[in-house]
Amino acid sequence: MLVNVPGPWSPLLGRLALSEIPYTNPILAPLFIVIVLAGIALIAGVTYYGKWGYLWKEWFTTVDHKKLGIMYIILGLIMLFRGFIDGLMMRTQQALGDGPGDNGMKLMGAIHGYLAPFHFGQIYSAHGLIMILLAATPLLVGLMNIIVPLQIGARDMAYPYLNALGLWITTAAVFLIMISLFVGDFSHNGWFGYAPIFEMAYSPGVGVDYWIWTLELVALGTTLGSINFLATVVKMRAPGMTWGRLPVFTWTAVSANIIALTSFPCLQVALALVGADRYLGTHFFTAGFGGNLMLYTNLFWLWGHPEVYFVILPAFGMLSEVIPAFSEKPIFGYITMVLASFAIAGVSWIVWLHHFFTMGMGPYVSTEFSIATMLVGIPTGVKVFNWAFTLYRGRLTFSAAMLWSIGALFLLLIGGLTGMMLAIPAINYMVHNSVFVVAHFHMMLLCIVYAVFSAIIFWFPKIYGFKLNEVWGKIMFWLFSAGTFLVFFPMFMLGFMGETRRLDWPFNPQWGAWFDVQEIGIFVYVLSVLAFLWMLYVSIRDRHANRVHTADAWGTSRSLEWLTDTPVPFYNFAMVPHINALDEVAWRREHGFMDKKPDHFKAIHMPNNTPIALYIGALTFLVGFGLTWRVWWLTLASLILAVILMIYRSNKGDPGYIIPAEKMEEMDRESKARMLSDDSHQVPHGGGFSGGTVTAYAALDRDASGPLTPPSDSRHL
Amino acid sequence: MHAQDKVVDPNEVVLWSDDYEGHDVISTRTFGFWMYVLSDGMLFATLFAAYGVLSYSHSYYTGPTPAQFVAPWYTFIQTMALFLSVLAYGFAMTALKSGSKAGVVNGIIASMLLGGVFLGLNVHDVLRMISIGVTPETSGGLSAFYALTQVHAAHIFVGLIWMLVMLYQIMRQGFTEDTVGRLISLRMFWQFQAVMWVFIYIFVYLWGYMS
Ligand code: HEM
Ligand SMILES: [Cu+2]
Repeated sequence: MLVNVPGPWSPLLGRLALSEIPYTNPILAPLFIVIVLAGIALIAGVTYYGKWGYLWKEWFTTVDHKKLGIMYIILGLIMLFRGFIDGLMMRTQQALGDGPGDNGMKLMGAIHGYLAPFHFGQIYSAHGLIMILLAATPLLVGLMNIIVPLQIGARDMAYPYLNALGLWITTAAVFLIMISLFVGDFSHNGWFGYAPIFEMAYSPGVGVDYWIWTLELVALGTTLGSINFLATVVKMRAPGMTWGRLPVFTWTAVSANIIALTSFPCLQVALALVGADRYLGTHFFTAGFGGNLMLYTNLFWLWGHPEVYFVILPAFGMLSEVIPAFSEKPIFGYITMVLASFAIAGVSWIVWLHHFFTMGMGPYVSTEFSIATMLVGIPTGVKVFNWAFTLYRGRLTFSAAMLWSIGALFLLLIGGLTGMMLAIPAINYMVHNSVFVVAHFHMMLLCIVYAVFSAIIFWFPKIYGFKLNEVWGKIMFWLFSAGTFLVFFPMFMLGFMGETRRLDWPFNPQWGAWFDVQEIGIFVYVLSVLAFLWMLYVSIRDRHANRVHTADAWGTSRSLEWLTDTPVPFYNFAMVPHINALDEVAWRREHGFMDKKPDHFKAIHMPNNTPIALYIGALTFLVGFGLTWRVWWLTLASLILAVILMIYRSNKGDPGYIIPAEKMEEMDRESKARMLSDDSHQVPHGGGFSGGTVTAYAALDRDASGPLTPPSDSRHL
Repeated sequence: MHAQDKVVDPNEVVLWSDDYEGHDVISTRTFGFWMYVLSDGMLFATLFAAYGVLSYSHSYYTGPTPAQFVAPWYTFIQTMALFLSVLAYGFAMTALKSGSKAGVVNGIIASMLLGGVFLGLNVHDVLRMISIGVTPETSGGLSAFYALTQVHAAHIFVGLIWMLVMLYQIMRQGFTEDTVGRLISLRMFWQFQAVMWVFIYIFVYLWGYMS
């Protein structure tokens, strides 16, 4: 049954050998040393300050959706950085390697540039996989984790323990792909892989195996998460939170997670079959023996396209929260916004073939998929117009969050229009596999990144109780945007000039100037990364000055998450609110109810912390590692141990604990006291309107009362 | 007219949910498991798609086609074992309604035994096929055949372990919110696997035999 691997194998260590560690590589070896030193410093620091207990109790074993969300976001940001470094290396390779001859440097055995083709291949494969699945996805899942329960008035997710499990399995995937830097190597077949080059015969190393198991782990983690989100929204809404009052972000979370739930199994199967080919010698995707190469490509993109909408929809949701808040108007066309989300989710299932029109399936099939692809533009267009109409005649505040959101709209426009071009088979045949495609989807994915930064700045004060530095947020925005323009405008041009993607040696000297512009662009990006770090530093340094004293940090926010105390206490809401309107907070502000606090409390039930999710996550890492290196005993032992832990946890159950009403009252008082004062005079009157009000009110209301006068008559106008 | 435009009496308005008792644990869990079943359905759908694509005559390369090695009568016994197992589990669930611990335990044991029969026959069938040279390495078509049938068998195996765990938990803890919720989920799981088997039996065994 088992396939014989080329090279040595031992029962104890599998394919592991000292020679698999690239200690002679002049990039990886120093990097490894730096990481080890940083790790030692971190461990020493935590030990010195005696923080292990705190980390363990408050973070590693937590089941609190907010903390898990924060950890997801940290994970996502770290991987965003790793992916960015990959990008930097690829840009530099092409800038150095352009032109006919070799460059005479011959670094690391490279004839062109400084990276050998095999090394370059690993970098672009890891870059794509990391950015989509280990950066964008955790960032979005993290934000959904924090915000969705708050927006629907729930105390936690439906399954807090499953939530922790999802995080730790995703973390295991991150560890697996990171360790591939230092032990063995990574796949060099692109982030989506090609049949049959990923078969054992053509990729005998462990790279493809790392790729398989990393993807399988993220897929598992994300599927678990999607079940949780759906159950949370369906079952845990506060009384009065009817479907018609659900905030748009929560709606997009629902549509996105329906996609994730149904599409990730396709990916899992596709990869498991690749695994079967590589481990068991089956012939699903081999070039001979009745295998079918295009089956893989179909199965992969059957997941792949819904996946891109899985990542863009929550981003759309974030824009739909930020733009109204800083336009001081309700979202334009709430119902069409919701319908458009589901239309996009639905259509995303019937377009996957546009990723390989060049397979040549004939005019009828191509036409169907071309038209279906273009259909996506309709609901997307509806959304863009809704945002535009929300901005129209709004009272705009160009805060950092707003800038990021508006930037996202521009990227969406460019990405969407180039997508439309790609959807036409005649055009697609010309530019498929060129960097034009790469530029297209980077516009889309950067749209997500913009939305995420916008959302992080927007919701940060709710979680931490102080705002991020606006000035540095804006500086970062402009640097990042300049970088985006400088890198991707040339990329579109190069696409038109016929540069195919993934070239370690761009031979055409006429491309050189564009590569140089891109190289400048990537260094502008470096500046924006520094600006981001500086923004964090400055914000944390000045946190007392930037403290938020109100529940509603921006004074113009609209949905339910802004109702509870700032920072959000672990129980979210001392009393579960009763929802009266779409945009509940705007409604309460409008009617002068924001300072009305519950006058009595009830006992609440909270789940206990547990380390088991962390243990199982660690074991899934070992399973992945064992499979990659074919260390069967390790794989089996970890798998069995994980199952035993699950059964143990199931037998034990979690009774949770009860916080009595008096204790709740006390905690609520403390939490309110920490906010200093939350009287209505802190809330700018007329900052934003409740749902359904026409635009002209904006002008009316400004005349009626100055921005900071107390609402003597708290009634609506 | 929007609700927001109405004048709201501050003394009448309901801002906090006084009599909200929180979500119902069992129905939430059942809903979540239903979602899992949906994703499991997608998993089988993908495998069926792969099987369909890999069942052209050239998919079998020079090796045997299902018509030459499947035994629908033999597999029919498997079908019956699985159906009876689902029936037995159904009896366990009716016993649960009347709160009879013995009824539930006996039902699950019967269900397990029948499930075990199914699995045993499956292993036996696989061994038989391998002994006549029908292996997954032979051709893409056979790879898909094994993937589909054995992924299903793996589900059955997991179901049996789950039943074992449930037996233990019912004996130890009785009918708590947790155990009852799990019993309901397990029922969904078990019935779903039986439904999947119906498809496999028809499309893989019967159709394979006919073609
Ligand atoms: C208006 C909507 C969109 C249309 C019409 C569209 C169209 C297309 C088409 C036709 C391709 C295939 C190009 C080729 O390989 O020849 C493509 C590739 C791609 N698109 Fe889009 N797209 C849209 C939105 C999005 C969104 C929202 C995302 C992600 C968030 C996205 C991400 C991607 C990715 C990742 C690829 C290429 C993956 C690869 O080959 O590595 N697209 N798009
Ligand atoms: Cu697509």
